[in-house]
Amino acid sequence: MHHSYFDQYSDNDSLINRLNPTIKFIASVTFILFLVFTPPSSICAFIGYAVLLLSLILLSKIPILFVLKRSLVVVPFVLLIAAFIPFFKPGRVIAAYSFATLKLTISYEGVMVLWNTLAKSYLAALCMILLTSSTKFAELLKSINQHPSLSIITTVLSFMYRYLFVIQDELMMMKQAKEARSVGGSRWFQTKALANMTGVLFIKAYERAEFVYLAMCSRGFDGSFHTFDDRHMSSRDILFLMCFVMVMTGIRFIAR
Amino acid sequence: MTQKIIEIRNLYFSYPDGKEALNNISFNVFERESLGIVGPNGAGKSTLFLHLNGLLRGKGSIKICGLDMQDSNLLAIRKKVGLVFQNPDNQLFMPTVFDDVAFGPINLRLSKEEVTATVTEALKEVNMLEVAKRAAHHLSFGEKKKITIATVTAMKPEILVLDEPSSNLDPKGRRDLIKYIKNIKTTKVIATHDLDLVGDVCDRIILLDNGRLITQGSVLDILCDKRLLETHGLEVPLSLSHRP
Repeated sequence: MHHSYFDQYSDNDSLINRLNPTIKFIASVTFILFLVFTPPSSICAFIGYAVLLLSLILLSKIPILFVLKRSLVVVPFVLLIAAFIPFFKPGRVIAAYSFATLKLTISYEGVMVLWNTLAKSYLAALCMILLTSSTKFAELLKSINQHPSLSIITTVLSFMYRYLFVIQDELMMMKQAKEARSVGGSRWFQTKALANMTGVLFIKAYERAEFVYLAMCSRGFDGSFHTFDDRHMSSRDILFLMCFVMVMTGIRFIAR
Repeated sequence: MTQKIIEIRNLYFSYPDGKEALNNISFNVFERESLGIVGPNGAGKSTLFLHLNGLLRGKGSIKICGLDMQDSNLLAIRKKVGLVFQNPDNQLFMPTVFDDVAFGPINLRLSKEEVTATVTEALKEVNMLEVAKRAAHHLSFGEKKKITIATVTAMKPEILVLDEPSSNLDPKGRRDLIKYIKNIKTTKVIATHDLDLVGDVCDRIILLDNGRLITQGSVLDILCDKRLLETHGLEVPLSLSHRP
């Protein structure tokens, strides 16, 4: 069965792909922290961050169109939350409209909140897309799994990553089997069949989980999860992180 | 004299829904022997396998390498018995092939160097070293099947238990697998419908049907007994069908 993978460019041979995943993860968190603490009025700083990010995307050899297309996913969510703020936030009025009895005013403070939310969330999304596209998902999980408190989350994510495709295969096969026999029948009947399929899929997933647990026990699983970590941190990785933090600091304080 | 490595006496097991899956099963497996367990669908083969390393616990006595099947011996028994499940997707649960093969050795508390060496060796044996860093969902069914065997051989078990090893494999994959299983020198217990595989790999056969042990004997005695096989939903394998 065909699957699209979200780490499809992780095999690119580039400077960014070769970096240690932990360094990439730390750099991404640093980038987001800088974003959060940059005031919305520092437009030049945001431009600087965007240029830095775009250069890293170019260095990673990930097609820019792929990154931009993927980043569009976040825009509707942010707009949904922030689009009405300019109309409701009190402050200096920069535009006013009236439609019959309805009067709409746009405040400067509101526009700044909208810009702030849009710019920060979009740049954060670009950064996350670069991180997840240039790193193998399994390595990314290991890089997050540095602290015991995160191990449960990474274990759940690792199982999800493994079985999402298996469940997707099962769903596709069930769908094909349904369509192969779907000759006529009312829309209501088809909807009912879909509901039954969802139920069967859940039961199948549950039964599979039981088998997976048995397979784990048969290979000595005692309740605690241990993974093999063979990643090395080179001086090149440290150098990248230092340069990255220095450039970010430079942008933050020079481009006010 | 060859030593008994598995001793099962009067084993009974029923599933929670009341279905009786095993009924008074008793047999031995000897060291370095290859035992085939054959029978129609629903005969109880897979249920019996889950008993061999304590994943299911029925009524009766099971001894593995002299160890009684009880809670205190469970981890020691699971080190000795390597179980290969029928569906590779149930057995390959880690994000990459390497991590999956390393899962058992890490649980055995081997050092990093030992884990790397064992995993590399196990993957080399099944010619799958080049896919070590890939995710299981990128592989074909045949490749996944080979890797499931590597996940178990990496733990260096004394007994290798294989459930339907050749099911859903293409002819070449099946041939390669048979060759590989034949080369493994540990004690093997193989449950299958593929009687040609049994004829090729096994020394002795146990026939199960409806949860009961019908008979046990040499490969030729059982596989050439047309009436016995047909009574229990099986057929004389093609390779033996022309024998007098």
